Amino acid sequence: MLELTSLSKNFGGLHVLHDVGLSVPEGAIFGLIGPNGAGKTTVFNLITGLLAPTSGGIAFQGQDLLRRRPHEITRLGIARTFQNIRLFKEMTLLENVVVGAYRHMDYGYASLLLGLPRYREHEARARERAHELLGWMKLDHKANDLADNLSYGEQRRLELARALATEPRLLLLDEPVAGMNTGERAELMREILAIRERGYTILMIEHDMQFVMGLCERIAVLNFGRIIACGGPQEIRANEQVIEAYLGREDDEQAEQAQ
Amino acid sequence: MSGFEDFWAIYGNVVLTLGTNSLLALSIWLTLACGMLAMANAAFMGIGAYAAALLTMNYEASFPVALAGGMVAPALVAALIGLPTLRLSGVYLAMATLGFGEVVRVTILNTESLTGGALGLNGIPQLTQWWHVVLAVVLVLLVLWRVRRSKVGRAFDAIRGDETAAGLMGIDVRSTKMLAFVAGAAIAGLAGALNAHLTFFIGPGEYGFDRGVEILTMAILGGIGGLAGPVIGACILTVLPEALRGFSDFRLVVNGLILVLIVLFLPQGIWDPARFSRWLRKGGRRHA
Repeated sequence: MLELTSLSKNFGGLHVLHDVGLSVPEGAIFGLIGPNGAGKTTVFNLITGLLAPTSGGIAFQGQDLLRRRPHEITRLGIARTFQNIRLFKEMTLLENVVVGAYRHMDYGYASLLLGLPRYREHEARARERAHELLGWMKLDHKANDLADNLSYGEQRRLELARALATEPRLLLLDEPVAGMNTGERAELMREILAIRERGYTILMIEHDMQFVMGLCERIAVLNFGRIIACGGPQEIRANEQVIEAYLGREDDEQAEQAQ
Repeated sequence: MSGFEDFWAIYGNVVLTLGTNSLLALSIWLTLACGMLAMANAAFMGIGAYAAALLTMNYEASFPVALAGGMVAPALVAALIGLPTLRLSGVYLAMATLGFGEVVRVTILNTESLTGGALGLNGIPQLTQWWHVVLAVVLVLLVLWRVRRSKVGRAFDAIRGDETAAGLMGIDVRSTKMLAFVAGAAIAGLAGALNAHLTFFIGPGEYGFDRGVEILTMAILGGIGGLAGPVIGACILTVLPEALRGFSDFRLVVNGLILVLIVLFLPQGIWDPARFSRWLRKGGRRHA
């Protein structure tokens, strides 16, 4: 569904990503893990068009994503959440989610200015859908509160509902459980599984190993901008390079040389 | 009836200025609603005023045609200068648009054959009736009210809140900003065209930096959280100098003092729906 081919990104002389290749199959929950600063969020920024790659290709359902602007990529069916939550804080929960339905409100200026049935119908449908999505995330009882007043975990769930409102095929989650407690994590895990059951494909960045191993069928490990391993949870757990990337080598001198 | 006529003879101009100033405050509200600090509205007002006045004076165009011309001309100019400048944000956008305003002023000064240069345009037919101004304000308010309650208004709010996130919600940020900028220019142009046919004379000095700051002050003072804000701000800034005539020499001092106090104690502007709903909730809790 999503294909990254020998993707590289340099910031000046800094090589953030080097020859990254990934293939996310439809219907999967795919994990992208790696130590801090490995370049995971950069991968998301490249996919969503916030950054342009130095070289390499990105294709989504056979369509080339290069040189497309973020809103065009969203319209092709990719949505994301952010590591540092980016909600519209001055809006209510409901309004946040309705913004996500922007491109699905198909009415022109005439119906907008005159309040024609087409406008009313699409607005009503978007609200209904927003309530449904807030319900999925167990936030519907707070629909008219300001987003700014939510707890950290609730804000992450609202971001997820807002992303779903764009009706994506592929959902990119950037550290969905960061800052959540154990109970909230378990709950979110159930909700993500339920989302996948509804037919979405999910690509997630996560630090919490337990969460990733419990949820993802396939995991790619990124270290210093390169993919060092890719496979099922068992494979990744046993992979020596991965253990080394996370825990370091036994011989410290060797590790320093490698860096 | 003669009482009204007396009132109108003295204050008619102030009342009509309320209308055109409201239009100007609403024109900058559009760009502020998108989080853009664009300071070109005084220049757009000038372009509208000159375009409309030249149409009626040189081409004997009918008043509706002149008004349309006064809206289309600044809108076209806005579309042109918007392409490079709307990529800027914050103070950089403010500086670029202020620079544009200077360009417009100097251009008017130096095209004497057409615009009369520093002498301005004299003898503009006084075609603007009071109800033209009222109709214009009502129509603009109606259109903006509808826009605010639609996906376009939500797109404005989203862009003001977080431009990156708005783009990833499928909103075409660049063209939405352009829409706000061009529509704001058209409204400012309308205000200019109406004003020009009210005052008999227009000159390049009226559309400079001072006017730009005045327009911004009206919108910020009133508050940009709703459409009532800019109108209230425009009314206060128009009426206050008149109401303070009693202070004679200290008029402008008192005027400035009142503005400073309002901004100090009501930083979100006078009309702030968020504050009203906070009050309501507090009041509700007390009763419960």
